Amino acid sequence: MKITLTIDGVRYDDDVEPRLLLVHYLREHAGRTGTPIGCDTSNCGACTVLLNGKSVKSCSVLAVQADGASVTTIQGLAASNGSGEDGWHPLQRAFHEEHGLQCGYCTPGMILAAVDLLNENPNPTEEQVRDGLEGNLCRCTGYQNIVRAVLKAAGSTTGAGVQA
Amino acid sequence: MTATADHEVGRARARKEDARLVTGQTNWTDNITLPGLAQVAFLRSPHAHARITSVNLDAARTAPGVFAVFAGPDVAAEQGSLPCAWPVTEDIVIPNHPPMAVDTVRYAGEIVAAVVARDRYAAADALELIDVEYEALPPVLDMPAALEPGSPKVHAEGNKSYTWTLANGDLDAAFAGAPVVIERTYRQQRLIPEAMEPRAVVVAPVADEFTMWSSTQIPHVLKVMLALVTGIPEHKLRVIAPDVGGGFGSKLQVTAEEVLALILARRLGRPVKWTESRTEGNAAVHHGRDQIQKIRIAAEADGTLRGLDVDLLADMGAYLMIVTPGVPLLGAFMFNAIYKMDAYRFNCTGVFTTKTPTDAYRGAGRPEATYAIEHIMDDLAVHLGQDPLEVRERNWIKHEEFPYTTISGLTYDTGNYEAATALAKDLFQYAELRKEQSARNAASAAVRLGLGVSTYTEMCGLAPSRVLGSLRYAAGGWEHAAIRMLPTGMVEVITGSSAHGQGHETAWSQIVADELGVPFEDVRVLHGDTAISHKGMDTYGSRSLVVGGTALVSACGKVREKARVIAAAMMEVAPTDLEWADGRWAVRGDPDQGKTIGEIAFAAFAAHDLPDGVEPSLDSDATIDPDNFSYPHGTHLCAVEVDTETGWVKIRSYVAVDDIGNVINPLIVDGQLHGGIVQGIAQALFEEAAYDDSGNLVTASLADYLIPSAADVPSFTLARTQTPSTLNPLGVKGVGEAGTIASTPAVVNAIVDALRPFGVTDVAMPCTPERVWRAINSAVNNAPPALGGTTPRQPPAQNQTDGGGAA
Repeated sequence: MKITLTIDGVRYDDDVEPRLLLVHYLREHAGRTGTPIGCDTSNCGACTVLLNGKSVKSCSVLAVQADGASVTTIQGLAASNGSGEDGWHPLQRAFHEEHGLQCGYCTPGMILAAVDLLNENPNPTEEQVRDGLEGNLCRCTGYQNIVRAVLKAAGSTTGAGVQA
Repeated sequence: MTATADHEVGRARARKEDARLVTGQTNWTDNITLPGLAQVAFLRSPHAHARITSVNLDAARTAPGVFAVFAGPDVAAEQGSLPCAWPVTEDIVIPNHPPMAVDTVRYAGEIVAAVVARDRYAAADALELIDVEYEALPPVLDMPAALEPGSPKVHAEGNKSYTWTLANGDLDAAFAGAPVVIERTYRQQRLIPEAMEPRAVVVAPVADEFTMWSSTQIPHVLKVMLALVTGIPEHKLRVIAPDVGGGFGSKLQVTAEEVLALILARRLGRPVKWTESRTEGNAAVHHGRDQIQKIRIAAEADGTLRGLDVDLLADMGAYLMIVTPGVPLLGAFMFNAIYKMDAYRFNCTGVFTTKTPTDAYRGAGRPEATYAIEHIMDDLAVHLGQDPLEVRERNWIKHEEFPYTTISGLTYDTGNYEAATALAKDLFQYAELRKEQSARNAASAAVRLGLGVSTYTEMCGLAPSRVLGSLRYAAGGWEHAAIRMLPTGMVEVITGSSAHGQGHETAWSQIVADELGVPFEDVRVLHGDTAISHKGMDTYGSRSLVVGGTALVSACGKVREKARVIAAAMMEVAPTDLEWADGRWAVRGDPDQGKTIGEIAFAAFAAHDLPDGVEPSLDSDATIDPDNFSYPHGTHLCAVEVDTETGWVKIRSYVAVDDIGNVINPLIVDGQLHGGIVQGIAQALFEEAAYDDSGNLVTASLADYLIPSAADVPSFTLARTQTPSTLNPLGVKGVGEAGTIASTPAVVNAIVDALRPFGVTDVAMPCTPERVWRAINSAVNNAPPALGGTTPRQPPAQNQTDGGGAA
């Protein structure tokens, strides 16, 4: 099936099998390997991307369902809203500063889920952050510094500042 | 070794690794593409135990996009047997372990066929076309039953792999006439490690040489083992662990998939990739824990320990993998923990079952031991009517008694259990919480409070090679480091320890910055590629800093000594006139005259005016074998609220005071503890690899195997006490496993503490709401369960007893 979509600001026209998962399209057709795959039951959230600005698990979206959509991955997040000397998104910077990652495998999905979370609720409590990230699993950090990073990013920005 | 403005060590440096990890530039194995890369997929046994009677590959072989399909007989001549490097006894049974089953499968998930195709979709399609006929054999699932004479056999040699014993002191005398004897049986459930990155392997053959990228913790060990298993000469193999997404022991392995990928690449003469799905991995990645622990203690009437007797059954699963039989032995030295006693006996029998093989999982033997001793110390305290901390203090090694040789034969170098416990009690507000607990009990409150104690220690920093040899482990425990001084003064550091999330690139940079007087930013750390890091023992057992860091300090010292000779020539003084001060070689008494390592490195590069016989290089390397293990310790205190009507457990507060000696980077240390604590909580509350009666893994996906999310755990209060290790120049102790070792008993002890008024003495892990509810409702001091759930429960008795009531 023919699809047209925008990934991190670049337009792709392609012909794909109907069964092709969006995450496989991103990784193996578009070469956007910044989005990893952690499970096959949509439990872990490692493959989370923004689809038209809303977080989705890209393993549970078919590539053809993304026809006409705009996809933001971790590789395009900073370009969409980078700031400061490092050119990183505030959440990327906060994860770095607060040591919100160890192996880093869950990190792209965790950050993109947090972008959506802060878009919905710019000033969340710790409990709201924990509940909001329930669909993203991390095995290294015990979540404490992830939560701290999200709260820090929320505090460092106002309103639309963290939007992708 | 505290941080100062000039010192890197001790600073909470944000990590160098993060720059690629937070921007999606990470090089996971599954990201690797090569020209002509083919995808491998494996067909796995749906049976726990069966004979393969026929395999038909014809339809798969002619499917579109399929390059080749193989079954066990096709590779039998070249696949060898997966290695077990730890034959713990002379008469241990080590069954043949073909990477691909040839005639019999012994666990659900074992590989029976392989497809090589143009992409993962074509490979998956072709798997469906393979027709395998099985003749079912009886599964072997229960350890005690497996040891009965009439049990079906997993292997022709029988279901017992080995029995290993450690004993010291007169155990009979310790138990004879002891005023207090307590005996318990605890179950260490089977766990799945669940590193977030599923395993993956890529193999590229060029002529008769092979490069393997693998999501492994052990590229160096893997390279040696692949040579031994496949017969490919070691110098024709290169193994690269690129970015690796967590391990926790699960990637400390030489896997069937790695061996088969190598064989298939050699057969086809083209690069191949295999990437695991989570569901596949839950059945195929080695599992952890799975022990039945019978533990008995003898004590005086005041609680002073006399003797400890431990009998373990340890589930090996269907085969022995790289260190499967040795994992319980790492616990053998830890049941006595921080306590003094007159006699100790440890006995372990390794049992084969038709389940996924077990092997190292975060802590490997020590969490199991720590759980059992810390649980029974609580039982002892309750029996004596003492506070759990009081009975511990009566028995623990006092800080002035270090170094102390324990009943199991280890010599702990330093520690201060009094200090860690005092700080933990203070931060936890222990006395206030005990008051609240009493008030809730007195009021028969529906939601009870429980306080859990865990005063753990552990042995890590694996390991002195002599000790490993005495325990019949096949390899050593040394580590390697090298320094390459570049002409511009930049430093390349090579470590044989292979990081997968631990932050070596940052911590090693901090150490080198201090040792060589160079900026943190000027150091680059390289690891995980056997062509760059030619030797190493890799990362596991909280060994990287303790052993690898020691090698690094030694290598830096060698650079400094080489630099001293060249600096002396540059300044036209004798080397003995120089002193190392403020990160450079300076003339004694004339500190204005000095040369930095960078200046000396350029002089060595130009090599114009080197003294006769001095080589034009500052490079160095060092290989260090530790004299002893490392012994971190700490006191973890956990408060839980237990809803006695629903069985729901909520962790209300958790304080961890850990003594890991000196700290290189507190940010990284705290992260290791947070994550470790949650993994231990996961065992206490959530996780279990469960099998049905046919031997099928029923927790094969993350929908069924419940690893905690952010919403399931609290934030923790961390603090540290410090008794620097005397066993290494950095004064450090391991931290990678401490949290996991400590937290499981802290949580379960808290739950049981909340339920003691009901007569409950144990709740089997994981302490799910159902199990907690059943424990309450089957306990001796409680009324029968109310049907319908609306009838108020009878007030429970107030006295704590040492009766039955185990769930």
